[in-house]
Amino acid sequence: MTRGLREDLRTGLIAIVAMTIVLGVLYPLAITGIAQVAFPGPADGSKVSVGGKVVGSHLIGQEFEGKAWFHSRPSATGYSGNVTYFGNAGPNSTEAREEIREELAAYVKLNKPYDHSLTRADVPVDAVTQSASGVDPDISEANARIQAHRVAAVRRLPLARVEELIDQNTDGRSLGVLGEPGVNVLELNIAIDREAPLR
Amino acid sequence: MFEGYLQIAIFVVVLVAAVKPLGIYLARVFAAERVFLTPVLGPIERGAYRLLRVGPEAEGQDWKQYARSLVVFSLLFWILLYLILRTQGIQPFNPEGFHSGPWDLSFNTTSSFITNTNWQYYGGETTLTFFAQMAGLAVQNFVSAAVGIAVLAALIRGIVSRSGKSLGNFWQDITRILLYVLLPIAIVGALFLVSQGVVQNLGDATVIHTLAGGTQILAQGPVASQEVIKELGTNGGGFFNVNSAYPFENPSGLTNFVEMLLILVIPAALTYTYGRMVGSQRQGWAIFAAMFALFIAGVVVVYIAEQHGTPAQHAAGLHTTAFHGSTGGNLEGKEQRFGIAGTSLWTAVTTVTSCGAVNGAFESLTGIGGAVPFTNLGFSEVVFGGVGTGLYSMLLYVILAVFIGGLMVGRTPEYLGKKIGAREIKLVSLGVLLTPLAVLLSAGAASATELGRRSLYAGINPTGFSENLYAYLSQANNNGSAWAGYTGFVQPHAPGNVGAYGITFANLLGGVVMVTARFAPILFVLAVAGALAGKKVSPAGLGTMRTDNPTFVFLLVGIVILVGALTFFPAILLGPISNGLGGSLYR
Repeated sequence: MTRGLREDLRTGLIAIVAMTIVLGVLYPLAITGIAQVAFPGPADGSKVSVGGKVVGSHLIGQEFEGKAWFHSRPSATGYSGNVTYFGNAGPNSTEAREEIREELAAYVKLNKPYDHSLTRADVPVDAVTQSASGVDPDISEANARIQAHRVAAVRRLPLARVEELIDQNTDGRSLGVLGEPGVNVLELNIAIDREAPLR
Repeated sequence: MFEGYLQIAIFVVVLVAAVKPLGIYLARVFAAERVFLTPVLGPIERGAYRLLRVGPEAEGQDWKQYARSLVVFSLLFWILLYLILRTQGIQPFNPEGFHSGPWDLSFNTTSSFITNTNWQYYGGETTLTFFAQMAGLAVQNFVSAAVGIAVLAALIRGIVSRSGKSLGNFWQDITRILLYVLLPIAIVGALFLVSQGVVQNLGDATVIHTLAGGTQILAQGPVASQEVIKELGTNGGGFFNVNSAYPFENPSGLTNFVEMLLILVIPAALTYTYGRMVGSQRQGWAIFAAMFALFIAGVVVVYIAEQHGTPAQHAAGLHTTAFHGSTGGNLEGKEQRFGIAGTSLWTAVTTVTSCGAVNGAFESLTGIGGAVPFTNLGFSEVVFGGVGTGLYSMLLYVILAVFIGGLMVGRTPEYLGKKIGAREIKLVSLGVLLTPLAVLLSAGAASATELGRRSLYAGINPTGFSENLYAYLSQANNNGSAWAGYTGFVQPHAPGNVGAYGITFANLLGGVVMVTARFAPILFVLAVAGALAGKKVSPAGLGTMRTDNPTFVFLLVGIVILVGALTFFPAILLGPISNGLGGSLYR
């Protein structure tokens, strides 16, 4: 028996409705239900609280300014969590050259008074390049160790203590091998602020 | 770079280890045999056949019937998805109160998701309701993938069949592929991703008062359920605009690894399925070897290039060498937690397959590193390729290689005992050449006229040329990754762009290219399957050219490179390679 166009249309109509219900409604709602019960924290965005008040997400970076904080990476979106886009700085763009040049100068100017041996050659790449997401939660260990001198001096903490806090707030490679280690800037700043609050 | 190569090596080992078990499983699903999930899913499968009114022992379809069912099914879904995208204002699960975008954008997006492309001229979190993401786009992530796999199953049956013209039954194939392959892996994978930090909720965007006294709004959504099938079905359309770079889609080195594996595991395993179905594992491994060689070459090139840094960075005085505690290299448009290796490997994985999900900004890749995605797409997605689509396209190249090899040794070409005649070669040539033709015509039209210029971000220079060429290369190959400065839609909430508008030329041309370059090759493939089905098989003799040894792998790789390179090398030279070799800076 061969099926005609009419049969195909009928079967097709039933199929698209059934698949939309199963794959488009039941499946995501079931996953949402199970996730909300089994993994409530991660399912809602891995939020971080200080004194019972939500101050951010472990996974989403924030902008920090001034001398008393560890700074996150440059961002094309100003650390937006609801409008995301790439910076799209091209490899051969004069604009990208100028931006990096300015970031480099600003980074050295900010940190050199506290880390006297700092030169442009010591600046790690993550400190002056825009991340992909615009909300990179991490900086490199080298970046954190340079900024540690400044934060320790401004907050009047021993450098060794600040470096200890950096180690405690570094996410290593997953399973010891996958990805790169990163220092979680929000968590580190929370720890620093708890140890030596501003004012 | 040792840690980087170690991660790449681990990835390759895990991938290769998964090929055989998953390959066997897929073969059993195609053959409607019992698998370990049958006790659970068997009743649902039988219920589905009753609902669809397909016989329990579904009647076989010849290639024309199979093609008609496929086209009708896809067309109906095209209409439904377009309607969903046009009626956002009245939908449930719309906490941000979004309305629909311009019609030409909906046309592009609909064509994009029906064709497994997932090219995105929109930002998900700023324009789409949760309902449109779940019931519209994510459904296509399942269904378009199942259609690709079904076409492959039909082609293999045509190659194997010794009598009769049946290629199997389309409705039965997609039902079994969805039920036994895509849905179970998606459920397990989604829950794993949530456990690692990928969000899954239906809540409003959260307003947060940050530690330093600012405000940050965190968009939420049913992300994990879509993320997993976006990778597994080699779709690639991100919930968020920055795709798998966004921590709520891809939070760690581990999720990055798992998501890459999800992208590549079905296309790789299908080579084993193929060997099993044609009755010779060596045939499957030969195709795997050709794909693998081209894949690894790409990974190494992009990794070395990205670790080097860019001319702009060096001119700015940045030192891009790695040292203790710093990745070094070109970290522009990359995430610290993935580093250079994790982003380089992903870049190769997502462009050899037709996935197109990204975890970094392609437009910020180095010139030579950026040439790798171009080259991979230039190979017409036959290096692993999309689920199903990759292997069926590669099999066209295999038949082409058999034909050219046959000419060289002066024998009538035959493949697996079946004579390859004039009709088959004509269909194969059309199938192989149509996609490159679509790329060159559309990219040429967009480059040569003023109409394409509105979409450019980088301006009139090699990077701008790359944006343009890659847009059509990606859409025609149903990949979906982008040199993302290129746009067909200005975001409603982006700084300085309050009124959203579509760039009609880019949206319409792209949509037409995606649909043509998806369905025309499918029809050619099914026609080839129909021509081979039922052909007499002659036993292999002394003079038969073998298709399962290193010589043939070498020939196959050569032909893939030859077709890809001859077609696209001049264009790629003008874009990324002139950036990479020239080193000049442009405004």
